[in-house]
Amino acid sequence: MHELSLSSAIVNTVAKHADGRRVTVVNLRVGRLRQVIPDTLEFYFAFVARDSVCEGARLVQEVIPARLRCRGCDHEWAIEIPAFRCPACAGSDVVIASGDEFEVESIEVEEVACIAPR
Amino acid sequence: MHRTKVRVVEEALDANNTIAAANREDFDRAGVTVVNFMSAPGAGKTTLLERVVTALPGVRVGVLEGDVQGSMDADRLASLHVPVTQINTGSGFGGECHLDANMVRSAIPSLPLHDIDLLIVENVGNLVCPAEFRIGEDVRVMVSAVTEGVDKPLKYPLMYRACELIIVNKIDLLPHVDVDLHHLLYNIDQVHPDVERIVLSARTGEGVEAWREWLGRIAHREGAMTVG
Repeated sequence: MHELSLSSAIVNTVAKHADGRRVTVVNLRVGRLRQVIPDTLEFYFAFVARDSVCEGARLVQEVIPARLRCRGCDHEWAIEIPAFRCPACAGSDVVIASGDEFEVESIEVEEVACIAPR
Repeated sequence: MHRTKVRVVEEALDANNTIAAANREDFDRAGVTVVNFMSAPGAGKTTLLERVVTALPGVRVGVLEGDVQGSMDADRLASLHVPVTQINTGSGFGGECHLDANMVRSAIPSLPLHDIDLLIVENVGNLVCPAEFRIGEDVRVMVSAVTEGVDKPLKYPLMYRACELIIVNKIDLLPHVDVDLHHLLYNIDQVHPDVERIVLSARTGEGVEAWREWLGRIAHREGAMTVG
């Protein structure tokens, strides 16, 4: 459901970097912890992209696995379910090593060849 | 025509975060502590505010109400003679399911920032989107009603992890629902270990004193940090 708002955020971010050029591909890095459903994001993205530089662009999503690190004992582990207590020392000073990204990594744009006036 | 790859590497929510930081600066300058108050629809946010907004000695409270439609919640709080500002996120039918930094920014001119110490922003009832959008708050608080079941922390970890305080409400209904309070608290601890929790009933008033004290504390804590 938040995919609609997230799609708008993607289009706005891309528009800043596209500089008016038409965008053909948007490469996105999405952490597992962001609770994003890829199909839903793709659906809303296509909708929000209409009448913007992103219209018709393909959204490529790289899903980043969730990894946590305990600052108490330095244990690092991957999680599949949302359990954030350290399994090694039961500590709670746990940080997300990866998996909370929601980042436009790169875009592909069409360049109109520049014809120098003579 | 040819294609070029452009490196971006930018959090897609950076634009929102930038506006949120500007809001935070305005609030800090006015010496106002801001609480982003969130929950699923019907978890009891408005009732919990009714219980405490006029009972904080030395703390002048204002409320910013976010709702998709209508001013029912705002009217309830305004009847307590607390300054209430309303943002409707909807236009006609449907509307945004959360407040974002920009909506709050546009409401700032109509907020009585110089006459309040604590601003409570009652977000749109929703356990998903509000967790994604900072609005310039100092702290995030959520209400989790026992009637929602024990599995909600596991289903909406982003929200449960985003908050500094989790209020477990409606404990007066525990005898009537198949919900084990300890199981719910265990799941909260799994998702957000050692997060501060207050277990209460907004209806009977049991535990509400702890919520009132907590609000009084953070109003002073953040206020003290921003003096000067």
